Amino acid sequence: MSWLHIAILFPFLFAVFVPLLYKSFTPRIHTGWFVVSVPLFIFIYLFTFIPKISKGHTLYAVVEWLPSYDINFAAYVDGLSLLLGLLIAGIGTLVVIYSIYYLSKHREALNNFYVYLLLFMGAMLGVVFSDNIYVLYVFWEITSVSSFLLISYWYTRERSRYGAQKSMLITVFGGLSMLAGFIMLSMITDTNSIREMFEMVDIIQLHELFIPAMVLILLGAFTKSAQFPFSIWLPDAMEAPTPISAYLHSATMVKAGIYLVARLTPIFGGTYEWFWLVSGIGIITLLYGSLNAVKQADLKALLAYSTISQLGLIMSLLGLGSAALYYGNSTAETSLYAAAIFAGIFHLINHSTFKGCLFMVVGIIDHETGTRDIRRLGGLMHIMPVSFTLTLIGSFSMAGLPPFNGFLSKEMFFTAAANAASMNIFSMEKIGLAIPIIAWIASVFTFVYCMILVFKTFKGKNKLEKLDKHVHEGSIGLLVSPLILGALVIIFFFLPNTVAEYLLKPAFTAVLPTLADTIEVKHISAWHGFNLELFMTLGVIILGSILYVYLKKWYRVYRLYPQAMTLNNLYNFGLEYTQNISRKITDYYMTGSIRHYLVYIFAFIILVVGGSLWLFDGFKIDTSADSPISIYDIGIVTAVFFSAATVLFARNRMAAITAVGALGFLVSFFFVLFRAPDLALTQLVVETVTTALFLLCFYHLPALKEETRRLPFKLTNAVIAIGIGALVTIVALSANGNRMFASISTFYENSYKLAGAKNIVNAILVDFRGIDTMLEILVLSIAGLGVYTLIKLKLVGRGKDEKAE
Amino acid sequence: MKKPNDLLIRSVTKVAVVIIFTFAINLFISGHHYPGGGFIGGLTFASALILLFLTFDMESVRKNIPVDFKVLTAVGVIIAVLTGVGGMILDYPFLTQTFGYFNLPIFGKTELATAVIFDIGVALAVIGTAVTIIMSIGDDR
Amino acid sequence: METMMSILVGVLFAIGIYLILTKTLLRIILGTSILGHGVNLLIITMGGLKKGGPPLLGIKGLSYADSLPQALLLTAIVINFATTALFLVLSYRAYKVLGTDNTEQLRGNENE
Repeated sequence: MSWLHIAILFPFLFAVFVPLLYKSFTPRIHTGWFVVSVPLFIFIYLFTFIPKISKGHTLYAVVEWLPSYDINFAAYVDGLSLLLGLLIAGIGTLVVIYSIYYLSKHREALNNFYVYLLLFMGAMLGVVFSDNIYVLYVFWEITSVSSFLLISYWYTRERSRYGAQKSMLITVFGGLSMLAGFIMLSMITDTNSIREMFEMVDIIQLHELFIPAMVLILLGAFTKSAQFPFSIWLPDAMEAPTPISAYLHSATMVKAGIYLVARLTPIFGGTYEWFWLVSGIGIITLLYGSLNAVKQADLKALLAYSTISQLGLIMSLLGLGSAALYYGNSTAETSLYAAAIFAGIFHLINHSTFKGCLFMVVGIIDHETGTRDIRRLGGLMHIMPVSFTLTLIGSFSMAGLPPFNGFLSKEMFFTAAANAASMNIFSMEKIGLAIPIIAWIASVFTFVYCMILVFKTFKGKNKLEKLDKHVHEGSIGLLVSPLILGALVIIFFFLPNTVAEYLLKPAFTAVLPTLADTIEVKHISAWHGFNLELFMTLGVIILGSILYVYLKKWYRVYRLYPQAMTLNNLYNFGLEYTQNISRKITDYYMTGSIRHYLVYIFAFIILVVGGSLWLFDGFKIDTSADSPISIYDIGIVTAVFFSAATVLFARNRMAAITAVGALGFLVSFFFVLFRAPDLALTQLVVETVTTALFLLCFYHLPALKEETRRLPFKLTNAVIAIGIGALVTIVALSANGNRMFASISTFYENSYKLAGAKNIVNAILVDFRGIDTMLEILVLSIAGLGVYTLIKLKLVGRGKDEKAE
Repeated sequence: MKKPNDLLIRSVTKVAVVIIFTFAINLFISGHHYPGGGFIGGLTFASALILLFLTFDMESVRKNIPVDFKVLTAVGVIIAVLTGVGGMILDYPFLTQTFGYFNLPIFGKTELATAVIFDIGVALAVIGTAVTIIMSIGDDR
Repeated sequence: METMMSILVGVLFAIGIYLILTKTLLRIILGTSILGHGVNLLIITMGGLKKGGPPLLGIKGLSYADSLPQALLLTAIVINFATTALFLVLSYRAYKVLGTDNTEQLRGNENE
């Protein structure tokens, strides 16, 4: 158990203490002050890895968990996982600090909140550092569960519950298909370790399960990263408290799918299907998200759709870059296309900084004004200057304007898209031009909604009288975290090559390990001269400004799309339809009548046991080893038969009970005949007492009425009864005929030596199999107590009255 | 309700009960080498008690035998479990029984086995359960 | 002998199951009782019948009957007794509280 494992498990362990801390220290000290130590320590610890990793070393530590199944807690630190780990821990620290001021310590159930948050943090660290695919899956699902818990944090609201259920259904569906894909991969490569799979890429790519595994794993990545058409859960997830939206649904959890795609690029990349699936879905998501973001009235929903769009951007960059693997080593095209991966990783960091900042500021606006509705906000610039500045920084970075880091990564995105147009593999010659065009259009709309976000909220007429609260700037505690993130936005613009040297390059090498030596990373700089990318950016600014200014004129285009065909509608309709159908089907056979259930059980027994006897040729009659029959045997058998028949056809209670009693005594006769004296004695006494019990009870029950039932009822019963009887006879005969090995009871004949007893049966009961007897008397005592409580305490069911008392 | 004429059953019971009790204890003890044992001993003992319930009314029997049979059941189960645990104290697996030959003053060379203690627990549990059941049902008129 | 016992056990099972599937509680309990006897006979038949003397080492014989099924059956008989008692009391209380012993009237789901 190395320090790395402890770091990953630290949030889980600390979460155990959070309820205690909450109970002891509220309301004096906000629990968050204790919790912030966890991500802070992890961040500092991971920070110490940067020098070593940036030189190209990697770290690998294993804790054996289930060695026989090859499932071990293997932690692997390389550039990619370190980068994401730093993101998780760093933004985690900022989010916890933010939440201290955002969530009131008086009103909120903070113990739940921080436990879920820590669960998520630990699970996310597990996802990025795990090398074993099954352990990765487990942590992946824990993130789904903790996200569910956090979205439904204010569980009394119906929208929260709905949003949580939607996110759970979609992401867990993706998780399960990802598991199926992982199982296929481990079947192909016979190993569970991702690093070892990197060595076997040739085998994997030629295997017939290659495409199914890829599709299934991509399903997992796409659902988690809210790609089209699985993006519908992200807007509804905005029901969560804003710190959570900032942490999970913009900076970390939704990046898990992107991490998966990046991590598995060496295995799947370079192929036609991967290229089109990842880039295609990415580009479509980019456009879809940006188009939808423009028409949102809720600030958080706007940010949600913009997150969807930006995730699509990163995903498409990863897809475009995978073409480098097709070209292999040392060709000109390799560096050209691999730059897309570099851009994708850079944008990943940038997006976390500016989107986290934006979410936090929107949270501040919500906290101070009481609303997130754009239509009710306006003119806040003078009242909340710091928030205005931060929103400006974040939005302009998202729109791709200098001097912010978003500008750099947007330029690199345009470069990659333009390069893609000139590709002549993967049938890109025909439609390759579509990619930069779609990218450019999506960027225009991105610009538009960024302007909406900044100017509609802060500029314009002051609508303060419509708001209920006294509006003022957020407290310094709330502003600290977005300030730090905003500062990072600017710092990354001015020092991109430091970032590239220490963080991006190692990550880049991790994603494309086979090409690491041959690729040279271009120096990032803001000014590359008057080239295509610059003109694209200028075009975006010009067209975007025009569209923004005349927003009200063309806004009506959005109403043209029919409401009934939205994905959300499809989801709701599908969910309701499935629930109704399953309820109908279940109600059909779960009738509440025990007799029906018994009929199902017995019929199934007949089918399964009888069927397997028939299928596996178990039926065999061998009467050669039978013991002889004498006259009194026949007599007793006949007597048993007649008593049983009497019970069946009896008309009054006494006859039936007497017949059963007689049956019991005849069985004890059988025991005498079959050399079982202990059994005969016990059966005699038990039968006496049982008959007395029957009589005692039936004194109170009504007389037997004639069984007036319809013929089909009687017939079904008869058929099943005869079926079971025949089945048991056949099983008994076959067991007799198929004597496969000698009886083990010869061991017990040594009981005098072993237990000092000459009564073998008693020796078995108290000595050899004493534990069975001990449990048996336990059962007896429970039954006795049950009888006592039923009678003495006269307990009745809920809501029912005693009728006949 | 007319007082039933129970002279016959009372006289028979007074004699029979003693015989049945003796037989029950004999069945119990001889279980080691001959048919018998905890179950049958306990059941016979219980049937003697049931005979008493049938003959005399519930109240007088309860007064004269002031044993709470539910507690008796529990005691029986505990004895059985403790027998098993006792072996664990001496570092043997749970429920290890042993036996030995000792020279007792009156009986001479006898075989004593820890299984008998376990059997006592079993018998007590069986007696307790059977009598609890009968008494509960019989009480509820 | 084993064959005859097998057939008898089958008959007992059939009658027992038929009674369990009826509507009256009393018949169901009688059915379970008969089923229990059928199972006991089945187990002891599976051990081989009349193959030796009773399993008592004091009686010198050539071979002993199979002692393991007998031990299992002893446990089974006593537990059957206890559960039959519980079942009887349950049906008695059910009758007292609900006023009926017809299972068709006793049916119902929790969420109906």
